[in-house]
Amino acid sequence: MNVAVCDYGAGNVRSVVVALERLGARTRVSSDPAAVRAADVAVLPGVGSAASAMAALRERGLDGALRERVLAGRFTLGICLGLQLALEESDEDGGVDGLGLLPGRAVLLRGGRVPRIGWAEVAPGGDAFYFAHSYAAETPAAVAHSEGVVAAAEAGSFLGVQFHPEKSGAAGARFLERCLSRA
Amino acid sequence: MPLPRLIPCLDVAGGRVVKGVRFEGLADVGDPVELGAAYSDAGADELVFLDVKATLDRRRLLLDLVSRIADRLAIPFTVGGGLREVGDAEALLRAGADKVSLNTAALERPALVGELARRLGSQAVVVAIDTAGGRVFTRAGTEPTGREVVAWAREAEERGAGEILLTSIDADGTREGYDLEVTRAVAEAVSIPLIASGGAGTARHVADALEVAQAALLASIVHENPARLAALRTELRALGVPLRDAA
Repeated sequence: MNVAVCDYGAGNVRSVVVALERLGARTRVSSDPAAVRAADVAVLPGVGSAASAMAALRERGLDGALRERVLAGRFTLGICLGLQLALEESDEDGGVDGLGLLPGRAVLLRGGRVPRIGWAEVAPGGDAFYFAHSYAAETPAAVAHSEGVVAAAEAGSFLGVQFHPEKSGAAGARFLERCLSRA
Repeated sequence: MPLPRLIPCLDVAGGRVVKGVRFEGLADVGDPVELGAAYSDAGADELVFLDVKATLDRRRLLLDLVSRIADRLAIPFTVGGGLREVGDAEALLRAGADKVSLNTAALERPALVGELARRLGSQAVVVAIDTAGGRVFTRAGTEPTGREVVAWAREAEERGAGEILLTSIDADGTREGYDLEVTRAVAEAVSIPLIASGGAGTARHVADALEVAQAALLASIVHENPARLAALRTELRALGVPLRDAA
């Protein structure tokens, strides 16, 4: 099993790599479109802002690589901003076109304290995962929720999660293990 | 709202964990990676590592420490101390930290908060505020700034901070309870999450703080015995505090 973690120059990708390696996956951080296209599993992590992340993905040709691998049915996981980037568009940074791997858009969270930071239960399942976000997906492809917020959305071979499995302790490790077993 | 968070804080200096009372008299209490792992196993929701003697020549040491922590832990952690520029923060995140905390640097140059938020996202930017008598102090709680604590917390939020870490200098290390008055004043003034800090001595103290703030920082109450955190979680649950199931 080889996993490519997309590197687009921002944020903490080390934790994602470490979490996958703990599960025995041969994991490489890569900004090479060919490597991302061909990997058994690709992970689009996400920390930072939507506009700069999308620009960095395009600059490296990773946007096309991700679309192609999803079309080819290869499992691809988006985490946090990685879920939001997969939508058609995001309201962040005055409006940003996304990858269009999932229908819908990312909208600013309303109500409660924003950023929404901390552990919250996800249904179905009931495990608590760690969230840290100001925007959330509005999508007909939602497959899990947390306190009224979309926690996971799925279309074809793309699965996006709003929480950080790599930071969610034992529950996060179990989730990532299930992801690897799908590939 | 997400579940209330318990956040053990490890003050580090020269690669070791230290603890002082009222910001003075530092004593060595252990290895950061081992203590961090012990807290994680005991159900910590997050960890904070504050480099209390950060200097330029120690930056490499801190980055190495952050990498070792990230390799070992699967819960979020914040790193603070000596942060001056966006580049410092980026290096900490690349090394595996999830958030950076800034204190003196934000007071000296408030625009830094906005620069960090734009580059890293607000969720990665914690502004730490040390307060006594309603005023803000800087340089590890030693220097008064003349700023009023509520006004500074509001300004930090407006500039892009994702969380406020509020430490009462008077209460810190005393184990006599959090300063609920200043905690409440700041909680009501901002709409970002608030982490209460300083003074935890009993489960009741922590439960009271979590009525007001979204998270409680824990230092001397758990340092001498990491297993104390597991016991504290049980006591808090008995008091009706809804903590996550860490299993």
